[in-house]
Amino acid sequence: MEQYDIVIIGGGPAGLAAAISAKKNGAASILLLERDKELGGILNQCIHNGFGLHTFKEELTGPEYAERFVVQLKELSIAYKLNTMVIHVGKDKVVTAVNGEEGLLEIQAKAIVLAMGCRERARGALAIPGYRPAGIFSAGTAQRLINIEGYLPGREVVILGSGDIGLIMARRMTLEGAKVKVVAELMPYSGGLKRNIVQCLEDYNIPLKLSHTVVDIKGKERLEGVTLAAVDGRRKPIPGTEEFYSCDTLLLSVGLIPENELSEEMGVELNSITSGPRVNECLETNVEGVFACGNVLHVHDLVDFVSEEAAEAGKHAAFYVMGSGERSVDREIPLLADRGVRYTVPEVVHPSDMEKAVTVRFRVSDVYRGCYISVYFDEERVLHKKRQIVAPGEMEAITLTREQLLAYPELKQIVVKMEER
Amino acid sequence: MEERNLICIGCPMGCHLTVEIKDGTVVSVSGNTCKRGDSYARSEVTAPVRVVTSTVKVLCGKARVVSVKTKKDIPKEKIVACVEALKKLQIEAPVHIGDVIATNIADTGVDVVATKNVEALS
Repeated sequence: MEQYDIVIIGGGPAGLAAAISAKKNGAASILLLERDKELGGILNQCIHNGFGLHTFKEELTGPEYAERFVVQLKELSIAYKLNTMVIHVGKDKVVTAVNGEEGLLEIQAKAIVLAMGCRERARGALAIPGYRPAGIFSAGTAQRLINIEGYLPGREVVILGSGDIGLIMARRMTLEGAKVKVVAELMPYSGGLKRNIVQCLEDYNIPLKLSHTVVDIKGKERLEGVTLAAVDGRRKPIPGTEEFYSCDTLLLSVGLIPENELSEEMGVELNSITSGPRVNECLETNVEGVFACGNVLHVHDLVDFVSEEAAEAGKHAAFYVMGSGERSVDREIPLLADRGVRYTVPEVVHPSDMEKAVTVRFRVSDVYRGCYISVYFDEERVLHKKRQIVAPGEMEAITLTREQLLAYPELKQIVVKMEER
Repeated sequence: MEERNLICIGCPMGCHLTVEIKDGTVVSVSGNTCKRGDSYARSEVTAPVRVVTSTVKVLCGKARVVSVKTKKDIPKEKIVACVEALKKLQIEAPVHIGDVIATNIADTGVDVVATKNVEALS
């Protein structure tokens, strides 16, 4: 059986950054496994620009951003296998994978970094009634067809969901010669960045209908049209508001789900809100020596933060295999997401094990204006940060320092919440 | 006096900006919460620009298309002309990041460069 200190599952932005960081932090034997025919993951089909503002201080396209990491990976001589699908990971950290050249592979790892990314929520998850004709795609599938395969999947388009991929695809399909008739969004606000609403919809006069959804699908072989309706405060369609749009293509941009089948098989516990592993301050799951980062951990909006998070996971995986990640049987302090905060990553911190500081990432549950992000150590408020606005579509972060935590030896829990004053 | 309404893209606030223009010059910007809104509004009403990204067909390559971008911002009204010009192009593999695919696209004075490597079929 092949043996590696660290096996990284997934060669997208998270896997690349984790591998590079593990190597730079001293790990000698690293193997990265990627199921596609090239490294870079979903960045390869994100040909629009705007990536890397935080990391490189310039606006790169997705493939350019990926290439910067691929170059580093190769310079560091990190081993990787393409076209290789991991099909199982055992509790004993034996990774089972398949590819066309070597057949079935079994690899013994000392540490594993989960970097499998996420999957698009599909039509089946939405329970849209109507026929099941051709012409209904997830936005990411259409993006791959156009930007990588070089095919235009349709001519007259309706998009359901105003997440960033949906918005980006509205512009992309318009520029490729399709007519995007409308973008419908179930929620009363868009989940996408303001910049994308302006530059992908308004620039091309594409209407955005908030609080609307698809209630019927027409067409037997190929999609012929969809019916939109307004929804009420409980997101139920309002009778009498139905409007028919003829179209041959419906794109769904209705959310992303971390892809954790492998994690679950090996006994990794998931958080019910993020659908990603529950991790500590080292981004380590409940299974010792198994780390998680990027969209498999929780869905991000900015790749820069994926790279940053993955570098942390890779570093801690390196420390773990080099034996310096020795755990004291230290008190464990849970982080709780309270009013207005949906979740936190990590969910638990060990003050005496942690490095100088830890970044706690979270999402809010609604749009809040003129509010405060507050952190409580038990009953005491230790952080009170004024924010003009926070929105569910933009991930937030706070920093906790080791020093700060050690100053509270009796600390039982940390609560993160939104406050009006 | 002309009035234009914009949504600021500086942050998730999405301030609704009102810009007053007289004889082609910005007289005032209101509705902004910070100075980023002011400068965004001024450039957006006087000379809106965008980086354009698209794909170009590749011959004899390991991929059918290569992604490209304008090297700099181009005027917003040139976007469609730029994309149309790119649709007519075919380039031969190999193509590498930064290779110039087209010069002076749509008379903007800006070049279009590849943003991905596409190797030739062996």
